[in-house]
Amino acid sequence: MTAGPDPEPADVVVIGAGVVGAAIARELSKYQLTVILADAANDVGTGTTKANTAILHTGFDAVPGSLESRLLRRGNALLTDYARRAGIPVERTGALLVAWTAEQERALPSITERAAKNGYGAVRQIPVAELYQREPHLGPGALAALEIPDESVICPWTTPLAYATEAVRAGVRLMLGTRVTGAEAGGRGGQGEARTGHLLSTTVGTLRAQWVVNAAGLHSDRVDAMLGGDGGFTIRPRRGELIVFDKLARPLLSSILLPVPTAQSKGVLVAPTVYGNVLLGPTAQDIDDRGDTATTADGLASLTKAGRKILPQLLDEEVTATYAGLRAATEHRDYQIRVDATRRYACAAGIRSTGLSASLGIAEHLTELMGAAGLPLRPRNGSVAPPHMPYIGQAGTRPYQNAAMIAADPDYGRIVCHCERVTRGEIRDALASTVPPADLDGLRRRTRAQNGRCQGFYCAATVAALMAELPPGGPAAAAGQQVAAGQKA
Amino acid sequence: MNVDVLIVGAGPAGLAAAAELRRLAAGQVLVADREQQPGGVPRHSAHTGYGMRDLHRMLTGPAYARRYAAAATAAGAEIRAGTTVTGWAGNGCATLTSPSGIETVSARAVLLATGCRERPRPARLVPGDRPAGVMTTGELQQRVYTRGERLPGRALVVGAEHVSFSAMVTLAHAGADVVALVTELPRQQSYAAFALAALARWRVPVWTSTALRWVDGRDRLTAVDVADVRTGAVRRVECDTLVFTGDWIPDHELARAAGIPMDPGTRGPAVDTSLETSARNVFAAGNLVHAAEIADVAALDGIHAARHIAAALRGRDPATGPDTPDHASGPPAHRVPLAVEPPLTWISPNAIRFVAPGGTDPLGAAPASPLDAGSALPSGATPVPPPCGRFLLRSQVFQHRATLEVRQGDRVLTRQRARVIPGRPVHLAAGWLARVRPSGGPVLVALAHG
Repeated sequence: MTAGPDPEPADVVVIGAGVVGAAIARELSKYQLTVILADAANDVGTGTTKANTAILHTGFDAVPGSLESRLLRRGNALLTDYARRAGIPVERTGALLVAWTAEQERALPSITERAAKNGYGAVRQIPVAELYQREPHLGPGALAALEIPDESVICPWTTPLAYATEAVRAGVRLMLGTRVTGAEAGGRGGQGEARTGHLLSTTVGTLRAQWVVNAAGLHSDRVDAMLGGDGGFTIRPRRGELIVFDKLARPLLSSILLPVPTAQSKGVLVAPTVYGNVLLGPTAQDIDDRGDTATTADGLASLTKAGRKILPQLLDEEVTATYAGLRAATEHRDYQIRVDATRRYACAAGIRSTGLSASLGIAEHLTELMGAAGLPLRPRNGSVAPPHMPYIGQAGTRPYQNAAMIAADPDYGRIVCHCERVTRGEIRDALASTVPPADLDGLRRRTRAQNGRCQGFYCAATVAALMAELPPGGPAAAAGQQVAAGQKA
Repeated sequence: MNVDVLIVGAGPAGLAAAAELRRLAAGQVLVADREQQPGGVPRHSAHTGYGMRDLHRMLTGPAYARRYAAAATAAGAEIRAGTTVTGWAGNGCATLTSPSGIETVSARAVLLATGCRERPRPARLVPGDRPAGVMTTGELQQRVYTRGERLPGRALVVGAEHVSFSAMVTLAHAGADVVALVTELPRQQSYAAFALAALARWRVPVWTSTALRWVDGRDRLTAVDVADVRTGAVRRVECDTLVFTGDWIPDHELARAAGIPMDPGTRGPAVDTSLETSARNVFAAGNLVHAAEIADVAALDGIHAARHIAAALRGRDPATGPDTPDHASGPPAHRVPLAVEPPLTWISPNAIRFVAPGGTDPLGAAPASPLDAGSALPSGATPVPPPCGRFLLRSQVFQHRATLEVRQGDRVLTRQRARVIPGRPVHLAAGWLARVRPSGGPVLVALAHG
C-alpha cells in the first residue's frame, strides 16, 4: 500500500475504533483538540464490538468495588440517555436469571446482595409461578428466578457508528484501514527540544501525536508493548459462539433469560435482539489466535443442547445466523485503564465483554485521567448534538411502515431486502452517510440488509447492484484515507 | 381498497390462480409481489424445461414467467410488483407497502403463494469461518444470470438433487471449475442421465456419503473439509465458491403472522385437498405447501385453488371475509387429517376435505377445529380430490421398489408401487379417496415392508 498523506500532528491519536475507542474519540471531540481515530479494519466496530450478546448491562453482577462496576453503572446511565437522543435501538426487556438446580437456587441471595453492593437495588426474587406466567415457553424444571428489570438489549452496530459519526462531525479524523505497526517516542523538534509526543508508523504513513490512547481491544497488549507501557497485562482471547434464531422465534420469550453462573460454568443465555431475533449463547473458550472467529461443531452442539432445555420450542425455528466473537480478556478480573503522564500514553484495555455498556463511562473516566495528567481540556465553542442515526430496530417504526417517509420519498417504500424489510432509501442513506460502509458487511451493520433468514437467496443481486452504485473512489477506496474532517451527512 | 381475491406472490402458483379466477369470473383479483418483476423464481432460471405439464410446451424460466404474467394481466387481474404484503390488519385486511405508500386491502378471499427458499449455510449449522464466496443456488443464479458475474476458481456444490445439477451448470457458465457435488446420501437424487452428463461433459463427479464438516477462510473462502460419513475420514478440498442447494423451506412468514397452523412435515400452512388453510377463505398453493416442486406443479396448484376459491365466493355471503388473521367467521369445513410415517417425511395436501352431498363448494355446517375436525357430517358427503388427483410425498430414504400403503385405522385403503428418492416427488394417486370414512379418523401413509 502506498503511503498516504502525513497529517498534521494531532493532539491525540486513538488506536482502535471499536466501541471503546470511538467513545473516547467522541469524548475528546468536545474539547479544543485535534484527534485522530485510527483502526486497522475498514470500518468502525468490527472486532469484539460487533459480535457479542448485545446486552446493555446494569452491572448488577460485576465485582463490587471494581472499576468495571463503577464504569458500567455510569456507562449504562450515559448510554441509556445517549441512545434515546441518537436513535440507537434499545429495548428494556428486563432479565430473568433462572436457577435450574438446587446449587443455582442457593446462589440467588448472594447475587441479590452483590447487585446491592454494585449500587443496583431493583433485583428481586420472583415465585416460580410468576416466572412461568411471564415466560410460558420456558422449559420445565426451573426452580427459582431473579428479576433484573433494567437489563436491556441494544444495537451493537449503531452504537459505535453513532459515536464515530458524532466525533467525525466534530472534527475528528477517522482513519480506517490504518494499522499501527510501530511507535517511537519523540517529536520532530531540534536537538534541544524536549522529547515529547509519539511517532506512529502505520500502513498508510507516519502519524505524529502528543498523546496516544490505546483502545486496541484484542491487540491492546501488543500496542501497549509498542508504546512502552508497563506490560502489566496480556490479552487472552476468549471466544464466544452464538446462534441467532429466526424472528418467528421472538414471541417465545419476553425477557433476557440469564443463567446462574456457577463454579463450573458461566452458562448460556437466551435473549431477544433489537432486530427481533432470538440469540442463544455464548460459549466460552480460551484460544490463542486473535483472529479466530470460527464457529465449531462442539460449540454449536453445546448451544443447541442448552437452548433446548431453556426454551425447547426455540430449536424448532430456523437458524438465521451463527457467529463467534472474541472477548479481550486478560489475566486480571478488572479493566486495565491507566494513564502515564510522562509518556503521554493512555490505555483502556481488558474491557472483556462489557465495553458496549460501559463505553461512555470509560471514555469519560479516561478523559478525566488524561486531563489530570496534563492534556489540556478546553471545551470547544459550539456543541455538536448526537447524530440522529437511522433506526434499524424492530420495536419502533421502520421506514417501510412510515407513510409520511414514503410519501416524501418513494425509495422508503421500495423494499429491497425482504426478510429484514430494508428499503432502497435506507441503503442509499447508509452509502451517503458520514461514516459510510466499505463493503457488504458494513452495509449489513448499518441497515440489516441481507441479515435475514434467506441470507441473500432473494436480494443478493439487488443489494450488490446498489453497492456498485457507490461513487468512484467511494467508501471502498476511502478505507485507509482520512474521512474529511467536519464532513456532513 | 376492496378486492374479491388478494393473491400474495406472483410466481407460477399465484399468476396461474389469478388468470383462472378471472376466467371463472370470480371478481376483482389483485396479485401483490414484493419483487420488482412478476414471475417468481423461474425469472432467474435460464434453462429450458418449463411449461411441459401445464402449458404443454418447453420454455425457459424467464419466458415461462412472462407468459404467466401476461396471461394473468390479459385475464383482467391486477398485478402489483414491488409491493410487499407486510402483515395483517385484522378482519381479512392486509397491509401493503410500495413506493406509492402504505395501503390496506380488504379481500373476501386470500391466496398465499409465497413460495420457498433454500436453507442457507447458517441454518444448516455448518461450523467454521464465515467467508465470502458461500451462497445458495438462488443467490448464485441471480449473481450469474441477473448481474452477469463471473466466478472463476474452484467451486463445490452441496447437494446432489436436480437443483444441485442446475447450480453446477450455472457455475460452469460463470467460469467456475466445479470440483464435485457432495451429498451425505449414498446416491445422487437426480436423473441418472444428469449425473452421467455432468461427469461426461463437465467432468464433475458426485461424492456420495460425504458430509461437509468445516468452512475455511477468514475473508474469502479458501477450502472446506469433507468427511466420509461411513469411515469418518476427513479431507480438505480447496475451493473459492461453495453453493448450498436444495433443502427447501417454505416462506411461511405471512401465514405464521396470520396465526394459521403449520404442517409439521412440510413446514408450510396445513391445507386440505381444496388448498384451503384452517383459516376460512385463506388458501395456500405452490411451493409454500410443498417445498419444492417444479413450477408447472405450482401453477397447476394455483388453478386448483382458484377453482375452489371461486366456488367458495359463489357459495358464501359476500359480507363474510376471510379469517385472517384472527377473525374466524362461521364453522370450518369437514376434514380428515393425513399423515405419513417415517421414513416418509411429509405429504401435501395435509387433510382430505369433504363436501356435503351435491355440493362442490365448501361445506357449511361442520364441527369447529382446525384441520382435524370429525363427525356431524351429512351422509353421502364426498371427498374433494387434491390438485391433479394426486398427493405429493417425500422420503428420507431410497427405495426403488417401494409400496406405499394408505390406512385409516385398521383398514388398508390402497397399496401403490412407487420409487422413492430423497428430495424427489413421490406421487400417490388419489383414487382411494372414496373409501375414506369422513368420521373414521386420520389417514396414515407408510412405506409397506415386503
